[in-house]
Amino acid sequence: MKSLKRVLALSMAGCMAVGVLAGCNNNSGGSSGGADDEDKPSAVGEESVDTSSVKQIYFLNFKPEISDKYDAIAAEYEKQTGVKVKVQTAASGEYEKMLTSEMGKSEPPTIFQINGPVGYQNWKDYCADLKATELYNQLNDKSLAVTNGDGVYGVPYAVEGYGIIYNNAIMDKYIATSDAKIKSVDEINSFAKLKEVVEDMTAKKADLGIEGVFGSTSLKQGDDWRWQTHLMNVPLYYEFKGEGSPITNCLNSETLEFKYADNYKNIFDLYTDNSCTDKKLLGSKTVDESMAEFATGKCAMIQNGNWAWGQVSGVEGNTVKEDDIKFLPIYTGVDGEEKQSLCIGTENYFAINSQVDAATQQASVEFLNWLFTSDYGKKAVVNDLGFIAPFNSFKDDEKPSDPLAKEVLKYMGDSDKETVIWTFAGIPSENWKQGFGASLLEYVQGNKDWTKVVDEAKSSWTTERQAAAEAAE
Amino acid sequence: MDKVIKKHFALFALPTLLAFTLAFLIPFGMGVYLSFCKFKTVNNAKFIGINNYARAFSDSNFINALKFTALFTIVSVVTINIIAFIFAMLLTKSIKGTNGFRTVFFMPNLIGGIVLGYIWNMIINGILLPFNATITTDATYGFWGLVVLMNWQMIGYMMIIYISGIQNISPDLLEAAEIDGATIWQKLIHVTFPQIMPSITICLFLTLTNSFRLFDQNYALTAGAPGKETQMLALDIYNTFYGRVGWQGVGQAKAVVFSIIVAAIALTQLYLTRSKEVES
Repeated sequence: MKSLKRVLALSMAGCMAVGVLAGCNNNSGGSSGGADDEDKPSAVGEESVDTSSVKQIYFLNFKPEISDKYDAIAAEYEKQTGVKVKVQTAASGEYEKMLTSEMGKSEPPTIFQINGPVGYQNWKDYCADLKATELYNQLNDKSLAVTNGDGVYGVPYAVEGYGIIYNNAIMDKYIATSDAKIKSVDEINSFAKLKEVVEDMTAKKADLGIEGVFGSTSLKQGDDWRWQTHLMNVPLYYEFKGEGSPITNCLNSETLEFKYADNYKNIFDLYTDNSCTDKKLLGSKTVDESMAEFATGKCAMIQNGNWAWGQVSGVEGNTVKEDDIKFLPIYTGVDGEEKQSLCIGTENYFAINSQVDAATQQASVEFLNWLFTSDYGKKAVVNDLGFIAPFNSFKDDEKPSDPLAKEVLKYMGDSDKETVIWTFAGIPSENWKQGFGASLLEYVQGNKDWTKVVDEAKSSWTTERQAAAEAAE
Repeated sequence: MDKVIKKHFALFALPTLLAFTLAFLIPFGMGVYLSFCKFKTVNNAKFIGINNYARAFSDSNFINALKFTALFTIVSVVTINIIAFIFAMLLTKSIKGTNGFRTVFFMPNLIGGIVLGYIWNMIINGILLPFNATITTDATYGFWGLVVLMNWQMIGYMMIIYISGIQNISPDLLEAAEIDGATIWQKLIHVTFPQIMPSITICLFLTLTNSFRLFDQNYALTAGAPGKETQMLALDIYNTFYGRVGWQGVGQAKAVVFSIIVAAIALTQLYLTRSKEVES
């Protein structure tokens, strides 16, 4: 019995020692990579680093809709340079979760994505300084990057725009009906006009061959970002515009006044009252389903961004022609909105993992440089990835050819119009968005008053901001 | 021979012990340690004391999830065991096609939780469609949806365990009871139940812990909607850990509390039912 205990004790001690040693390894690995503030390594690209020893870099991709395109690009890069690019893609809405677990592994992602200043706060221990990289220096507008003090920690790689997408073929059909409210879609330049037209279209929906003017307001959990984030951007922009950048103002605001709550209600009610799906059933609708409704011609309008063209054209039985898909700004009834443009901005920033060794960091940066400056890379960015890349390495004839991206470029080029900046980057947390989305669902199902939705959004803003501050300490 | 084996007991136990240590004890120990830390990934933890526990218990989502989970567990343990027992009684009565029925009832247990969740999500939404509602319309729909799903999945399994228990009852006992003039109820309560007590212990243990720890089905069927009203403990922990910036430590603290609750419930239940088991 005695020897039994001894062996047991020994083996336990051994196991613990292994555990402790493993722990030590992890720690030292972390700090040599730059977790310590004291010996912060110089910015990536500042000194020449020999990258010949690097065999593999790891890119954690945010956009599932283009994951196969990235695979092809990675294969080509390996062929040209011999460096293997491991591409992993997170499922829609799962990026933060996947990044958190991948970062804990022994071969963490070397290139990852942050969604703006809030994402940077979350990952600041892992973001390398990119101010010396070619990628950053190629940016058309340096103010787009995520910065902190002197450092540059996130470089935007795609500008996107969203608004109300409409099917011009159906609009033409409407305009041809007797006593149509407009002669041309260009006449729609305010919420009042939009409402008039939409309600008239709903009345004539049998003649127009549609089931509703708008596609389903998808409020299934995880599919409600078009409303709790994108649509919310409009009232946020108007509340926080003024002096300085609206994103910064929004980010620094401890409270939400929700001054334009009624405007939000205007457009949200218009969407749901004139939808091709009954209000009570919106809780089970996904973005894919509502895009399919648009693609098959069941509805005439849908709120989404330029990334949606791939989704629309990919639906089996798609009836929307490339020439017929256009954008309208999201009008909500704010004074002076006749000059309002689309919501244009970015939440796609590349970041380099500062906790991997310098050579790997450098190799990762080289891959991104190659992607955005080499001929093959640029072609892939424009044609396959479909990005409107904000770098001056792209000439005018190297812009995407898909119809919605062209529309975004058209709106961007119209200097008379006021772009609605992506202010939602300043929303305190994902939790706020989820709570607001759930509230919207309950409102639309008739289980919650609008005033309660607004009050909860406001109080949740305050608590979430405090929680975020607490967490950042 | 016996002596030799006894002498080297520790050596033979070592592989299992090692695996148990590596796969369970160390991660569990790390988990408990992390619950007292602030961290982003598991490698950069900083000790901060019991702050995480304070935040976990002041989080209303956690308390709501605890209540919802407790209610769900009570309802599903009762329904699953009663229905499974009734099926077991029926299918030991030498009805024609017994084996076929047993197989069919057992089948749902072979399908994974996520798949079942999505299947039932479609079925329930389909049923509610004519009433202009979905499973997210009301938390009670989600609750009963989960109960139905869990019953559907677990009844077959529990039924098999009960059947084996019932088949092991010596016919002599039942016959003796009959000769003494016992009614069907008396036979059930005084002969069958005491005799299948080991099966009851196992079934209660399995249903209790599985219902309490439910994750996949909850995630796929309602994902907590509407709001977070149908969110159970495991899902709440998952969402806290992965979904909220700076809340990893709180999620970890919740997970530790969760393990303690599950262990406490399971041990109490085992103690209570074991004490009722009889030697046959």
